[in-house]
Amino acid sequence: MKVTNWGNYPKIDTNFQGFSSIEELQNIVSTTDKLVARGLGRCYGDSALSQNIVSTLRHNRILAFNDITGQITCESGVSLAEVLEVCVPKGWFIPVTPGTKFVTVGGAVASDVHGKNHHVEGSFSNHINSLDILLSNGNVVTCSKNLNSELFWATCGGMGLTGIILQVTFGLKRIETAYIKQEIIKARNLEEIMEVFEASESFTYSVSWIDCLAQGKSQGRSIMMRAEHAKQTDLKPGTPPLQLPKKRKLAVPLDFPSFALNSLSVKAFNFLYYHKAPGKLTESIIDYDTFFYPLDSIHQWNRIYGKRGFTQYQFVLPKENSRTGLKEILNQISQSGQGSFLAVLKLFGKQNDLINFPKEGYTLALDFAINDKVFPLLDELDKVVLANGGRLYLTKDVRMNADFFRKTYANSEAFIKLKHTFDSSNKFQSLQSQRLHI
Amino acid sequence: MSKYILLLGASSDIAKAIARRYAQEKFNFYLAGRRLPELEKDAIDLNIRYGVQATALPFDMLDFNNHAAFYRSLEPKPTGTICVAGYLGEQKEAETNAGEALRIMATNYTGCASILNIVANDYETRKEGFIVGISSVAGDRGRASNYLYGSAKAGFTAYLSGLRNRLSKAGVPVLTVKPGFVNTKMTEGLPLNPVLTAQPEEVANDIYKAQISGKNVIYTKWFWRFIMLIITSIPEGIFKKLKL
Repeated sequence: MKVTNWGNYPKIDTNFQGFSSIEELQNIVSTTDKLVARGLGRCYGDSALSQNIVSTLRHNRILAFNDITGQITCESGVSLAEVLEVCVPKGWFIPVTPGTKFVTVGGAVASDVHGKNHHVEGSFSNHINSLDILLSNGNVVTCSKNLNSELFWATCGGMGLTGIILQVTFGLKRIETAYIKQEIIKARNLEEIMEVFEASESFTYSVSWIDCLAQGKSQGRSIMMRAEHAKQTDLKPGTPPLQLPKKRKLAVPLDFPSFALNSLSVKAFNFLYYHKAPGKLTESIIDYDTFFYPLDSIHQWNRIYGKRGFTQYQFVLPKENSRTGLKEILNQISQSGQGSFLAVLKLFGKQNDLINFPKEGYTLALDFAINDKVFPLLDELDKVVLANGGRLYLTKDVRMNADFFRKTYANSEAFIKLKHTFDSSNKFQSLQSQRLHI
Repeated sequence: MSKYILLLGASSDIAKAIARRYAQEKFNFYLAGRRLPELEKDAIDLNIRYGVQATALPFDMLDFNNHAAFYRSLEPKPTGTICVAGYLGEQKEAETNAGEALRIMATNYTGCASILNIVANDYETRKEGFIVGISSVAGDRGRASNYLYGSAKAGFTAYLSGLRNRLSKAGVPVLTVKPGFVNTKMTEGLPLNPVLTAQPEEVANDIYKAQISGKNVIYTKWFWRFIMLIITSIPEGIFKKLKL
């Protein structure tokens, strides 16, 4: 059947199976090669595409939750949305969350997702107590930072290539309320927003939206959102602290025609978005859904990029090279006229695990509708990323080449060696791993 | 008050979705089925997500002799019984293999009738309770590709109809559910038309709504009623020549 991930590109014909019990999965694994696990398909490109796909979505039970210690054990197909439904009313929150809650726990591990709190709380793997993984030989192995640690580190951020993640035990964080106390700060250009980031390191959450098409003095104008979990005293008296009022969901009912998004409409959107923020600094209390998952409220928003789909180019540059590298990339984008609707800038904290994406410095995520001009532009951007010691996020990638991957991920050789140790028959492969010669 | 639902064939995808739907209404569960370790995990999941009690119980639809003892062992007795057990089987295999043919018929019809007879007697005496049977659109007309399954479901549909007739005097409602295509393990990887195919959660929600409003027979998705109306209206002389 036809399968595609969040970017709607590529769309492939593939053999698609699922499982609920471990025995069913063992059957599939023993009889299938060129196999990759897939959860909710929120990776943008081909990481969760292969000749054979095994869906984890029916392997979706929450097996333990201790509301005193905040430790939770989920099968890999449980979504973060489902975890939130269980833990928020009891005063717990997901320790690290990406910008959508519609990812599975297994996917969060395989991508080692990061969030707006990376500079303080690291990536998802930082909060994992243990993982159960089914290897290609059919054995189920438990691993953690202390037990079978090589398997653990090759699996966190390992894009599903070591085996099939079966269950994950991780620690939640305490919250007093389901609300967020947010400050919004406008920055007129790149220099200003970088200063604001440096000055915001004590905030648990920080992220900024950046206008990639503004040029000249306004280049890099941004809106920073920095925030903390609200305390009970921050709420209006009488507000139930841990329950959110029900909201209406919007949906994008069909693929937009490709002319709907052009450099003019994107420019207009970015202009309005920037000027919508009232003053230089505003404070507000908003619910966690609005803060963490603004786009989740618009069902299937990926359809605005039309039938051909889109890709997200997310890179990180080391802090010392961030200013020059970002400027060069912003110059190239505004010259190309290839609009990016949502561009998100964030300052990562330190991290150096085996195969994780984040490292200390600025990360920028740019959406591009797929068209003939996009790939040559991204090849040009690659040169800047490489020259400045940066790298690309595998979860968003659909087109980087094997050589670029090896040069930019310092531990790629060690990772590839471990992958083939644990998966000696090279059973677990994705279109991405084939492209990157992993 | 702790109200229990007896879920027969509790490890199917539709059964799991039904459990999660009724758990939102704070029902407790007896999860009855053959794969006990899996059902035990389902029971934990229901407890963590919804704060309800669920007990996993070994139950084999084909083990007729134990059905009465099984039902006697339930305490408190379930307020509602939902029979989800089903086995599609291999039509081709069953045409030559009597074991497979019998298994299809027993899982989908005789086994269900055996256990529901026992449940019905109890509900009739107590003048309370409700029964839901998951049949199938495949029971509305036999087709070459799955008529053993279809005929067993047809038998089950007729059984539920008769049971409804009998229990109406005791005030015990019986709901017949006829799902069309549902996105489950049974159909995974098949190129089903997404417009015609229901998610298990939609089926569960349709069942819950129909059950509380006292409906008799529902199709899910609803338009299968009209699809089946067309299919059952095709004259036999033409129907027998179709490739179905």
